[in-house]
Amino acid sequence: MNDFIEAQGISFSYHVEEGQAPVNVFENLNVTIHQGELTAVLGHNGSGKSTFAKHLNAILLPSGGKVYVDGMDTANEDNLYDIRQKVGMVFQNPDNQIVATVVEEDVAFGLENIGVPPKEMRERVDRALMDVGIYEYKRHAPHRLSGGQKQRVAIAGIIAMRPKCIVLDEPTAMLDPRGRKEVMETIQKLNREYGITIVLITHYMDEAAQCDRIIVMDSGKVILDDTPKKVFSHVRELKKVGLDVPQTSELIYEFLKEGYNLPTDVLTEDECIKALTTLFRRKGIKPVKTDAQEELEQQVKEI
Amino acid sequence: MAVIKTEHLNHVYSEGTPFVKMAIQDVNLSIEEGDMVGVIGHTGSGKSTLIQHLNGLLKPTSGKIYIDGQDMWADSTNIRDIRFKVGLVFQYPEYQLFEETVYKDIAFGPKNMGLSEEEVDRRVYEAASFVNVTKDMMQKSPFELSGGQKRRVAIAGVLAMRPKVLILDEPTAGLDPKGRDRILGQIQEYQKDQKNTVLIVSHSMEDVAKFAKKVLVMNQSKVFMYDDTEKVFAHAKEIEQMGLAVPQVTKIFMRLAEMGYPVNPHTYTIQAAKRQVLDLFEKQEIKGGKHHA
Repeated sequence: MNDFIEAQGISFSYHVEEGQAPVNVFENLNVTIHQGELTAVLGHNGSGKSTFAKHLNAILLPSGGKVYVDGMDTANEDNLYDIRQKVGMVFQNPDNQIVATVVEEDVAFGLENIGVPPKEMRERVDRALMDVGIYEYKRHAPHRLSGGQKQRVAIAGIIAMRPKCIVLDEPTAMLDPRGRKEVMETIQKLNREYGITIVLITHYMDEAAQCDRIIVMDSGKVILDDTPKKVFSHVRELKKVGLDVPQTSELIYEFLKEGYNLPTDVLTEDECIKALTTLFRRKGIKPVKTDAQEELEQQVKEI
Repeated sequence: MAVIKTEHLNHVYSEGTPFVKMAIQDVNLSIEEGDMVGVIGHTGSGKSTLIQHLNGLLKPTSGKIYIDGQDMWADSTNIRDIRFKVGLVFQYPEYQLFEETVYKDIAFGPKNMGLSEEEVDRRVYEAASFVNVTKDMMQKSPFELSGGQKRRVAIAGVLAMRPKVLILDEPTAGLDPKGRDRILGQIQEYQKDQKNTVLIVSHSMEDVAKFAKKVLVMNQSKVFMYDDTEKVFAHAKEIEQMGLAVPQVTKIFMRLAEMGYPVNPHTYTIQAAKRQVLDLFEKQEIKGGKHHA
């Protein structure tokens, strides 16, 4: 896989008050984001993950080290225009990133700024709205949409710019379960169908579990970087840094702790059920068919 | 005795305009004193409208609300007292901090109640201790604090009024898992200590499973169910269809039960799931032992 974003030994610190020692967010951090990858970044509040995200399209510049986006140094101001077109950002609060009073005008905002001809703009806006499933609301006022719909409008505004990569900083934190699902499905579609590189910062373990790769940050360091299956097998380490694991992994971990022999990389519900039924079988516990099931089978036989 | 009681409560938004919407319909609730209630429902189900009625922020279009046996709107001059009795913590309450210091911010509510300075002081420290706001934070500006600290200060500001009923609208939104568990744990401790009534609005059935004794499910502007947590979770399938997320462990145990394994399909915490399976193994071993003998 091609390296799309490379953070090489980056450091970042900020001053709380004048005269006081600066607070280090991270020091000598190395992270590579590959082209076409769907990566989740996990970490508790204050672990440095949002600060890291803001380095990916030059909103922040490292005080030491270098960030390269598609080979371009983010510290070089001449590259800024190109970098921002290649890497788009979506933030937590949908209400803070919508500027227009009509959905399609909001999606066109970025294109107007870069001077896209009207005919092409019309095509791109329509395409983007269709991709996120908001097309039928294109003439609506954004404030009448649900949180999930608003977040998808924000994503449409980014994909209309045809970026290679989208960085999303807790895009679902303020949404209800339905809105979260809509946004996650949109993100996955953009990654799988258009090959857009995605960096997803999240507090939700189930969302991270749907990604190709998970980076876990703690006090400005990468402590785990692997596939979801591998990362979520580190139950104890994750809990220690204030994170959680999906209930499937946790349940199996509880039985592993009791000394039962089970696979250590259980992640999906199907895998969890398979592991448990295997354990049941080993213990001699067999499924008992209920009357209803027997009846159903009887009916099938009679047909 | 029911501390909160509603009778045929209705609320219509924007009546007489094209945007007319029935936000809550015929809500009849009776919440007992000392209960720890989880309120769930997807966006637009009416749960926020309902809780805003419970401390008089919204006036019912029709129907009645009784707090502590007192008809809330019988005499509208009472509403001030009702608001001290029913404390409401909004979503993202940290955006509502405004005072110069943490101490002043927490003291704002009790001061408005007209309490003496000593009493205000006592209450500020008591409330702060529930949510682990430490003494060294008291003279700081709220804006110097981290997000999680700010939220705890905002909650303390409501606790300091010693409300009989505490309502929190998604107190864990946007927090990481550790912050989530910490705030829920502190609220639980507070409830145990004060024995008052607490309502927590949440989108997360997993969180609700951890703390709530009773669950109120709102759907399409009506009460779908109000019952013990276990009984509500027995309707996991219907709840999932409403667009709410059911805990993974519940889904797994429902499927195991469907397959015919002798497990309880209404299992909703990891610990309960583990205990159940280990008990099952133990029974099987006793049975197996007898068999061999």
